[in-house]
Amino acid sequence: MHKEASIREPLVLGTPTYSDITNEVLHTIENKPTKLWKLLMVIATIIALWGVGCILYLLGVGIGSWGLNKTVGWAWDITNFVWWVGIGHAGTLISAVLLLFRQKWRMAINRPAEAMTIFAVFMAGLFPMIHMGRIWMAYWVLPIPNQFGSLWVNFNSPLLWDVFAISTYLSVSLVFWYIGLIPDFATIRDRASRPVQKLMYGLMAFGWSGNAKAWQRFEEVSLVLAGLATPLVFSVHSIVSMDFATSVIPGWHTTIFPPYFVAGAVFSGFAMVQTLMLIVRKVMHLEKYVTIKHIEYMNLVIIVTGSIVGVAYLTELFISYYSGVEYESYAFINRFSGPYAWAYWCMMTCNVVSPHLFWSKKLRTNLAFTFFMSIIVNIGMWFERFVIIVTSIHRDYLPSSWSMFYPTWVDIGIFVGTLGIFSVFYLLFLKYFPVLAFNEVKTILKSSGEQYKNMSDEEFKKLHPVKK
Amino acid sequence: MSDKTIYAIYDDDYVLLESAKHIVDKGIHIRDVFSPFPIHGLDPVIGLKRTRIAIAAFIYGMIGVSLALTGMWFFMIHDWPMNIGGKPNFSLMNNLPTFVPITFEFGVLCAAHGMAITYMLRNWTLPGMKGRNPYPRTTDDRFVMEIHTHDNDMDEEGIKALLNETYVLEIDVKNP
Repeated sequence: MHKEASIREPLVLGTPTYSDITNEVLHTIENKPTKLWKLLMVIATIIALWGVGCILYLLGVGIGSWGLNKTVGWAWDITNFVWWVGIGHAGTLISAVLLLFRQKWRMAINRPAEAMTIFAVFMAGLFPMIHMGRIWMAYWVLPIPNQFGSLWVNFNSPLLWDVFAISTYLSVSLVFWYIGLIPDFATIRDRASRPVQKLMYGLMAFGWSGNAKAWQRFEEVSLVLAGLATPLVFSVHSIVSMDFATSVIPGWHTTIFPPYFVAGAVFSGFAMVQTLMLIVRKVMHLEKYVTIKHIEYMNLVIIVTGSIVGVAYLTELFISYYSGVEYESYAFINRFSGPYAWAYWCMMTCNVVSPHLFWSKKLRTNLAFTFFMSIIVNIGMWFERFVIIVTSIHRDYLPSSWSMFYPTWVDIGIFVGTLGIFSVFYLLFLKYFPVLAFNEVKTILKSSGEQYKNMSDEEFKKLHPVKK
Repeated sequence: MSDKTIYAIYDDDYVLLESAKHIVDKGIHIRDVFSPFPIHGLDPVIGLKRTRIAIAAFIYGMIGVSLALTGMWFFMIHDWPMNIGGKPNFSLMNNLPTFVPITFEFGVLCAAHGMAITYMLRNWTLPGMKGRNPYPRTTDDRFVMEIHTHDNDMDEEGIKALLNETYVLEIDVKNP
């Protein structure tokens, strides 16, 4: 049996049996929704409908209803796009990278984090689509022979790379998530007492029976998908950053963008996982499985990625000065002292200064503080994208074109609306899907569970006799 | 003599694994094992070969890479060479760097989806199928060995006696 060092803290608290784990995780699915869930669902639906309304209004009236102008042609739309894609990255990082590194603490949080990834990438994908203005022409990004002559899409353009990257990322994450869900759906199917439930989960379980060969393939597929998803997640945000980096706009034309964006994405994604998991574990009583240690591990990732982001900000500043290119220097001087200095300093405080509070063990194991910090980081990372996008372009090469960006109610409405749509998806996930990969959690019970962890071999064998 | 199926039900993965080792040592062939989660170390005991699905994924990936490169060569170099920003598209070799991202993405797309489809088909798990696990609790907290009398020289009673040497929870025999 695999043993773990005794100084490592247990990842499953208490003494649950295998069926206790099933019962506790499936409790929400097998029972009627609670009042709190209904209330949240109503609020989220109202916000989502408002968002859908704003999107329909935008499609009807046109991009002119946003605050964009001739100089600032990209603002909240692309900020929101990059923000949402970035949030998505934590899910894949937890389920793929941590799988490759055999980090057992991923088990309890990979499912909700992957769900977050998928819904966040949905929201992200929405923005470039509606930014096209005529969304019904969205199929023009596909390389299909068209009626306008045989002019193809431009494969040299990072914007097209983005189309391939985001769609690959979304569909591969979806497959990865679903393959993990199948065995858990089978458990629900085999326990279901209500006919509708049995039918629905039976359909979704694809006839999974859990025989040895299927499990062998399951593990191999998970490993290979993790191996594929790891470079994928790095490539996706690198490509997103190239949307900016390959242009010749001072402030965007920077070679450190790919690693800097990837670190920022993981940083913001983990903050969002914290925001969601802290609520979920409390409301759904999953404290046994998502322990303080899990929260602490995620906070450690936040310190690391936050520091990488901080180094990137400072490098950017230094290089803009050191390069001697006056346009580049101006872009950065303008960032920290121009009309958008408030956004820059907000970003600096939230992303560079605040994560370092987590060096204190007391703070990073404090749930209320972690929750507060996760919100701060989310805000900071939104401002990071806003600063990069808007401050770089609002000062054109031609001073007569200098302008500012003011969001309209449609800009704000759509952003708030995507938060609502995301919450609706997430609440549905919490109610109808197994929130934890509970069958995977069972595999770490004996190596990392509190009950078994520091048991001697003799005690273990006494508890689990084999031969009579 | 008709083939009888013997199901030995255990309540723990470790106990099942050790019991499987014990009865395999006595020359019994275990047809299959049903469990709620993968039991590490079981495959060699019951004689399962390693799956070749990773090799399949590699082949799908290579197909994706070649398709992407062929496609981009056709679109950008052969069919309609575009001159973008003074950087013309004359040959695949010279333009290869800008084709790397999509080649990679498409390779991953094909590898992941090809492998997922192969996985579904090889497991024979597709939408709308019924579960083939013998007992509903094998997806919760029961671990079951399936032994067939036809696979073994021993008769039903002999196998049962062997199984009873281990801490088996229950033995269930099904006639065809």
